[in-house]
Amino acid sequence: MPAITHEQAEALIQEVLEVYPDNAKKERAKHLAVNDPGISSAKKCITSNRKSLPGVMTIRGCAYAGSKGVVWGPVKDMVHVSHGPVGCGQYSRAGRRNYYTGMTGVNTFGTINFTSDFQERDIVFGGDKKLTKIIDEIEMLFPLSKGITLQSECPIGLIGDDIEAVSRKKTKETGKPVVPVRCEGFRGVSQSLGHHIANDSIRDWVLDRRDGDQRFQGTPYDVAIIGDYNIGGDAWSSRILLEEMGLRVVAQWSGDGSLSEMELTPKVKLNLIHCYRSMNYISRHMEEKYGIPWFEYNFFGPSKIAESLRAIAAHFDDKIKEGAEQVIAKYQSLADAVVTKYRPRLEGKRVMLFVGGLRPRHTIGAYEDLGMEVIGAGYEFAHNDDYDRTLKEMGEATLLFDDVTAYEFEEFSKRLRPDLIGSGIKEKYIFQKMGIPFRQMHSWDYSGPYHGYDGFAIFARDMDMTLNNPCWGKLEAPWKNAAGASATA
Amino acid sequence: MANVMIRKDPNGKLVFYLAKKDLEAHILAIEHDDAEGFGGELTLDDGSRYYVDPLTPPPKLPITVRARRL
Ligand code: SF4
Repeated sequence: MPAITHEQAEALIQEVLEVYPDNAKKERAKHLAVNDPGISSAKKCITSNRKSLPGVMTIRGCAYAGSKGVVWGPVKDMVHVSHGPVGCGQYSRAGRRNYYTGMTGVNTFGTINFTSDFQERDIVFGGDKKLTKIIDEIEMLFPLSKGITLQSECPIGLIGDDIEAVSRKKTKETGKPVVPVRCEGFRGVSQSLGHHIANDSIRDWVLDRRDGDQRFQGTPYDVAIIGDYNIGGDAWSSRILLEEMGLRVVAQWSGDGSLSEMELTPKVKLNLIHCYRSMNYISRHMEEKYGIPWFEYNFFGPSKIAESLRAIAAHFDDKIKEGAEQVIAKYQSLADAVVTKYRPRLEGKRVMLFVGGLRPRHTIGAYEDLGMEVIGAGYEFAHNDDYDRTLKEMGEATLLFDDVTAYEFEEFSKRLRPDLIGSGIKEKYIFQKMGIPFRQMHSWDYSGPYHGYDGFAIFARDMDMTLNNPCWGKLEAPWKNAAGASATA
Repeated sequence: MANVMIRKDPNGKLVFYLAKKDLEAHILAIEHDDAEGFGGELTLDDGSRYYVDPLTPPPKLPITVRARRL
């Protein structure tokens, strides 16, 4: 039984839209919908990937965030220069929890903020000279870096610096790739275009670097993990499952990934793609150029993991298929124990999710394994093809909200009173103050990993810890709450 | 005219992907798809129709081609 009916959900949307002026109302109405799993194409019910309205509080980021923060940032042995003023890089430094192994500052550089720190002078006279100098300094101070990417911030595009020319010159001089990324924040409507631009720059500047080089010893079981950013160790808990079933993981894109892993990816047999939104572009390119098929998998929750492992194995021979069954059998008892322990504590709880471009539809299986129900879901920057994939995962009368505004999100939660909300840090404290348990679903709330069987155990524990925390019963002052007062007396 | 990528899904059905519009749809009907050539008029599962210049001999999929909306 859905918590509310289709009609009630429609009425709720209408009511929330009431406060907007006419134009805004018309525009926002297209982004809010009630799910009907029968519809095959999302285009008919929801509009996405449009510019946010001026005046509303959106939760989106910028293209620079999509490239520097998401796609390129986790590549650990390259130096990523935030090219432009200091703030964009400094305020986002090390915020993403994409774990990596290595010695920071020696052979890995993930949590360091490199910036060209633009001043007025650089804006007026151009920053290419400074950039050249910075690259020389990086070469001198960090000789073990494998390459450099130049992540453009807004001013670079505005003043028209020719970072491509600098890159070509320096690539030749140093013999290491220097990759210009034109991901100025003002491009596109959200971080999503930044993902695309970053993918394109990988395609143009990195992917073909070892095309003629046959020294890499391939096996028929080579795969690459694409679109796993190793948040809290996600890629690691995924990788062990693939390796246990007999596959060889050649590359991790890009969590705990390295430049040479990226260069070797064109030699794998299958690309396994977790985050479709941020890396489908490069997978499609590799399919066309190198004939590598790609497959979307989902490692959240035991049901989806087993389903994905079997589907991945279906691309290979019987040895791998058998390996997959063995892995599933091996971890089943662990998964069952987690479900037995937590399901009774979480059964029937209702969840609302608002995350980037993938997780609402991917985590739903994990919630369902715990007996929980997703009653509302939305994406910051998903596109139409993401909603196509979402509709069939979500239940009847699930509320869908694209690029939700702060106001709408608050109103929906007030009315539906979900038992748990999963979204980002900006939303967290508002909802906690409203008395609704909240988990950050970008950074896993400083926990994780959540992928894989090991991750599921942590996921279940975290949801229980948040939802059944005794603090939620203590939000009201004891003297206002007669029952509470007498209970403590 | 827009760049589209045509590929086969795991079930062997043709998929049409128009990145600019995030349109990913199955191709229900295609004018030429045999040893002679590939292309012509396409009908997608959402009802829209596109035209791509026929290619001879038939290309290896996936392939990026220019398509025109009809
Ligand atoms: S929008 Fe521009 S100035 Fe703001 S963080 Fe992004 S790149 Fe920096």
